[in-house]
Amino acid sequence: MNSTEPDSNQIYHGQVYRQMGLSDDEYKLVVELLGRRPNLTETGIFGVMWSEHCSYKNSKPLLSRFPVDGPEVLQGPGEGAGVVDIGDGYAVVFKVESHNHPSAIEPYQGAATGVGGILRDIFSMGARPIAVLNSLRFGPLSSGNSDSSKSNVSRTRYLFGHVVAGIAGYGNCIGVPTVGGEVCFDECYSGNPLVNAMGVGILRHEQLQHGRAEGIGKSVIYVGAATGRDGIHGATFASEELNQNSDAKRPAVQVGDPFMGKLLIEACLEVYESGAIYSVQDMGAAGLTCSSTEMSDKGGVGMELNLNLVPQRAEKMSAYEIMLSESQERMLFVANPGREEDIFAICKKWDVPAVTVGHLIEEPVLRLKHHSETVAELPLKTVCGATPIYQREAKMPQEVIERQQQSAISWEVPEDLNSVFEQLIQTPQLASKSWIYQQYDFMVRTNTAVCPGSDAAVVRVEGTDKALAMSIDGNSRYVFLDPRTGGKIAVAEAARNVVCSGARPLAITDGLNFGNPEKPEIFWQLEQAVSGMAEACNILKLPVTGGNVSLYNETEGEAIYPTPVVGAVGLIENNVHTTTQYFKNSGDVLLLLGETKNELGGSAYQQMQLGNICGLPPELDLNTEQTLQQTLLEIIRSGIVNSAHDLSQGGLALVLLTSCTENYGIAVDLKSKLRPDVVLFSESQSRVLLSVAPENVELIDVVMQKKGVPCFQIGKVLSAETSAASGTPEVGSFEISLNNNPVIQADLQSLRNLWQNAIGREMEHSL
Amino acid sequence: MRCAVLVFPGSNCDHDLYKAANSVEGMEAEYIWYTHDTLEGFDAVLVPGGFSYGDALRAGALAARAPVHKALQCAAASGIRILGICNGFQILTECGLLPGALHRNSGLRFVCDSVSLEVSNTETCFTTGYAGKTDLPIQLPIAHGEGNYTCDPETLQKLEENGQIVFRYSGSNPNGSLADIAGITNETGNVLGMMPHPERAMSAWMGSADGRIIFESLRQ
Repeated sequence: MNSTEPDSNQIYHGQVYRQMGLSDDEYKLVVELLGRRPNLTETGIFGVMWSEHCSYKNSKPLLSRFPVDGPEVLQGPGEGAGVVDIGDGYAVVFKVESHNHPSAIEPYQGAATGVGGILRDIFSMGARPIAVLNSLRFGPLSSGNSDSSKSNVSRTRYLFGHVVAGIAGYGNCIGVPTVGGEVCFDECYSGNPLVNAMGVGILRHEQLQHGRAEGIGKSVIYVGAATGRDGIHGATFASEELNQNSDAKRPAVQVGDPFMGKLLIEACLEVYESGAIYSVQDMGAAGLTCSSTEMSDKGGVGMELNLNLVPQRAEKMSAYEIMLSESQERMLFVANPGREEDIFAICKKWDVPAVTVGHLIEEPVLRLKHHSETVAELPLKTVCGATPIYQREAKMPQEVIERQQQSAISWEVPEDLNSVFEQLIQTPQLASKSWIYQQYDFMVRTNTAVCPGSDAAVVRVEGTDKALAMSIDGNSRYVFLDPRTGGKIAVAEAARNVVCSGARPLAITDGLNFGNPEKPEIFWQLEQAVSGMAEACNILKLPVTGGNVSLYNETEGEAIYPTPVVGAVGLIENNVHTTTQYFKNSGDVLLLLGETKNELGGSAYQQMQLGNICGLPPELDLNTEQTLQQTLLEIIRSGIVNSAHDLSQGGLALVLLTSCTENYGIAVDLKSKLRPDVVLFSESQSRVLLSVAPENVELIDVVMQKKGVPCFQIGKVLSAETSAASGTPEVGSFEISLNNNPVIQADLQSLRNLWQNAIGREMEHSL
Repeated sequence: MRCAVLVFPGSNCDHDLYKAANSVEGMEAEYIWYTHDTLEGFDAVLVPGGFSYGDALRAGALAARAPVHKALQCAAASGIRILGICNGFQILTECGLLPGALHRNSGLRFVCDSVSLEVSNTETCFTTGYAGKTDLPIQLPIAHGEGNYTCDPETLQKLEENGQIVFRYSGSNPNGSLADIAGITNETGNVLGMMPHPERAMSAWMGSADGRIIFESLRQ
């Protein structure tokens, strides 16, 4: 043992275990289970394995509400990532993972290693990664009129810029396209930004790998980058609130090496193909500790590791440091007997270090040797199976009721809706995200059929006529106002995005980002949101095949908005069904599916008008939603839909603008008894905008009537060029009237410029 | 026509280039590992994009000194056609087969987009197929952080006079490159380096099929 490390008695008397994330009661339970006081390495192992990040001790009872099975699910939660059959012998692998706290402290590396981590989850299943997406949350990019928040805004811009650069730096280099994502800016994320990354991969069924260590005597092989002192106790850090001292935890942030990541992907895929390994797990959160204990526990065996054999990049690392390091780009293999040399040869070709570090043993314990001494010996059922599960107390806060009772619309109809619209489309929330996604290589591997900017990204499945549509979504404003409805909407909207692209949603992955669950008000949010999500999953028949829980997202005691994000993957049976949101032909008819209601609670428009949100979020009837999605998919597949665009933040007006291209504008006339601003900006659910050829309007109308989906003919697509050439004023290129009275009349190109460049302008604008 | 697609550690457009070349009738592509010491038997060499050696030192600097580079020099000297795309262009400038260098983009950010390009010379063996094309400028994707081409004034003058500037950005210049240069050849015209990715523009569903013409011209 390292002489400067506290011994087991000092850990007890000095309550050192608290620094490792164990509560007094948890430590007591560990002592009871072991029948002795653990030493430092052992305490550290319990600290990470019993953290929320690894054990889901606070969320497990809630997560069991999610449906996880389905006829196409090949692997549900529990392994690196979920796996769903897509036919023809192929399957899709996908999962979302958070890297919130590291990104708050060291945004570039925090975000980069978030991408690296989720990609390892994907290829640890045997899949070739084909895409990454991300979901980001930051504070506001501008300070508005208040002086006090200037330093916050400058910090936010730094975080935002570096998170995007980190995602780009890792994803671009490793050669996996970043095809989509979403971002929101709100005061509640100023101190605690969110960085969730979703990975997607493809495999043939026979390529599926697992993480069960089975077969006494088999070699345990360490593959990848050497272990350093970075990221020690990262999983524990991820499960604490942020405070003034968090900067001091920068060493808990890992450093990524995408070049090694690329070599590791190729080496692993080649090793799998050779049949030389029995099982594999990546070293992610809690590094060697998590991979070694989980693999052997799953297989019902024990594992003995000689830590002297672990490649190390720093001198004199202790057993504690080696086990707790979260150095990146590392994998753990269990070799098939006699195949070790084959593994080494492939790894050598790719210049990836690989070394036998131990073997499987009969006794179900993790035994660690260091300098010829046994430095830890822990029964696996205590480390992996005895985590206390907490049923936290939930309490609906009085302020939620009060907020819900406030009127969602407390201002007069603005006189100049043109300028309101111009202002709205420049809020970073609604503005084009091209400033972000143009920093990502979204085309590498040349399968990207629909690039970022449309409802969902579409990536073709090589060797088939199929494609996958993928989307990540979550509107935390709705969840804040009413967590249950907000949770439902998060699922419904991610699925709707995928349907709009011509895909049948297969399954979802969830990223639950919440505050401190020990507070009853926070736990209530979590419970309600999960219930709403589960209900939506059940009705829309979407299994949850994996996900991530990130709690304690608080700064100085202030929690973020409850932020569940949902990643949905859908299957496009044939590439010809692929549909985008963009208008294609002049003269096409615009159809609005779904009912527009007086719903501004939690809307982007309300946020802009009031500077905060109140009232109730839009309603969501899941049966209506299901009918809409099914019917829409049916007509898309029949080939009569030229564009489809889901209505969400910013309502109908924004959807009209973002369906226009530089070549196509609109002339729309709406009929409604609602206020004009409500008609334009309401965020009512279960609505989709279609453009279709005039000759198909009647057919679609009949289908919609039959299914009971409201369908309104609201206008047509215009060629932006002809309106200018024919001498008509260019203001006509984006024209919306309500009951025959013009409400928005604008020049399409200037609107598009305002919308397109708003985030870039914001980032360059001096404070 | 047999094409070698070089693979360096960290290349990540090798697969795309391989697919693209193999999709052109009469072209057959094979991967060639960076440790090979000969390129004999190949009619063309394709140097892919990506982040060879993780861009350590400078983009392309280490790949330009990898074992295969001697064979690449021989191939160039013997008149074999060599096409370097993105990181491949950077590698070709680093190993001296093309003049000049590629700096960090003027905006200091990686840029992934589709750009308009003028084909400034349709008489090279890579661009003859553009000669009769009326639908101009052409559209090709770009994805790079270091595509800002630069060289000294004498070299630029030579490039201009010899018709070595093959592609120029048309409209807006995404990276600040000198004289809007997007792609150049060597003096003898058998080596082309370009930042845009023709292998990403092989059919309409990709957004453009303008890249296919380069492969078809190369095959002639």
